[in-house]
Amino acid sequence: MNVYEPSQNRNNQDSTIQAQSLNTPGVWSGFWATFKRDGLIAVRHRGEMANPIMFFLMVITMVPLGISPEKAVLAMLAPGMIWVVALLATLLSLDGLFRSDFEDGSLEQLLMSPQPLYFQVLAKVSVHWLVTGLPLTIMAPLLGVMLSLPSAGFAPLLASLLLGTACLSLIGSIGAALTVALRKGGLLLSLIIMPLYTPVLIFGASAVNSAVEGFPIGGQLAVLGAFLAVSIILAPLAAAGALRISVNG
Amino acid sequence: MGWQWFHRLGSPRWFYEKTNAWIPWLALLSVALLLIGAIWGLGFAPADSKQGNSYRIIYIHVPASFLALAGYYIMAISGAVGLIWKMKLADMVMKSAAPIGAVLTFIALVTGAIWGKPTWGTWWIWDARITSMLLLFFLYLGVIALQEAFQHQATANKASAILALVGTVNIPIIYKSVDWWYTLHQPATLKFTGESPIDSSMLYPLLTMIIGFYVFFALVLLMRTRTEILQCERKTRWVKALAGGQAS
Repeated sequence: MNVYEPSQNRNNQDSTIQAQSLNTPGVWSGFWATFKRDGLIAVRHRGEMANPIMFFLMVITMVPLGISPEKAVLAMLAPGMIWVVALLATLLSLDGLFRSDFEDGSLEQLLMSPQPLYFQVLAKVSVHWLVTGLPLTIMAPLLGVMLSLPSAGFAPLLASLLLGTACLSLIGSIGAALTVALRKGGLLLSLIIMPLYTPVLIFGASAVNSAVEGFPIGGQLAVLGAFLAVSIILAPLAAAGALRISVNG
Repeated sequence: MGWQWFHRLGSPRWFYEKTNAWIPWLALLSVALLLIGAIWGLGFAPADSKQGNSYRIIYIHVPASFLALAGYYIMAISGAVGLIWKMKLADMVMKSAAPIGAVLTFIALVTGAIWGKPTWGTWWIWDARITSMLLLFFLYLGVIALQEAFQHQATANKASAILALVGTVNIPIIYKSVDWWYTLHQPATLKFTGESPIDSSMLYPLLTMIIGFYVFFALVLLMRTRTEILQCERKTRWVKALAGGQAS
């Protein structure tokens, strides 16, 4: 529909129509465009998608080999171990969050586009969570069985990982944005982000531990939810600022 | 009108020349305070009724811990000032503050461990305060590592300022969650005995040491910032004149 048509009802000329008349897509269509693009790239590189999950599985296999295959010992270690390894798997996958876009120049296009960078980062992080955090969460009960986690711990493990891995992806995006321009950013990214992960780890692992010991876990999940809410608001802002610095210098 | 000093801070040269005269005074004051505090605390303050003489390490431990945290906030605030007002000087202060803070955090951890051995019978314990100090140390190391990683100094400053600010938001959260984690897992079998109101004969030397550490921090920060200014402005005429003037 042509908005310059004189017969156009002038009452309808709100900001959306003006935005359309300038041929600029709205914030949400910008979000979806990046979301779909990143999702498509992820789906076409299925091998890469499987890497964090394989890492998760392999490290968990090392635990009984390195410590003890005894059920009681493993059951005690299971909640913390699964959480720590999920955290490491997320960290390892974060380096690629902006890197390929930085290398082929599409990150610069994103920065130059009139779209708010906040939502672009949010779209990228959402895809990152969908292809790493969510599969890790779905895998976790299987690893719980391998580490003979008591049955009371399974649902809390799923719930805490579901909330927690989203926090991890969001907080980690700040580190990924800060180190994207560095040639060897991977290890540095882990160093600067790991201290920031401690609150999530503490509450995530303690939710599972409490459930195993028969205590209510509402409090821990509420705190994890609060972390998630705060990180959704603040982390993409910091990551957007960091991206501008990394790209423009 | 009142903001003139703030705009002048934009010029590293003005700051360098202005602070020239401060260095000897600050040095004198910090050495005097540290000497008085150390001699008073180590030599004349009474021994603790329970811990004997081993408690005397608080005259190093407590001021170092104070400055470890204060140093982080000084670093983060100057980083924010650098990001917001694009002030070169603030970036330099931030860069200079990071290693000092890291060293003080390390001193606080080491003295804490040395104190822990006679008091608790162990070098290390996963106490809430100790753990959050360790995490603070890691945050400092992260900022320093990020500073080192960039080739371009301006980019390094901006990036580490962002990291310092993110850390600032996180410090209270980390502190509270570690606190919560500790109280959840271990009942309070070990508590800091020094929480009871401290006697004034021990308090005054401690306060002297704390003020001495603050002045010393300011001194070292100033000296490092001045060196940083010279390094960054080494191609300007005034630094060349300064170097040439001193050489001849």
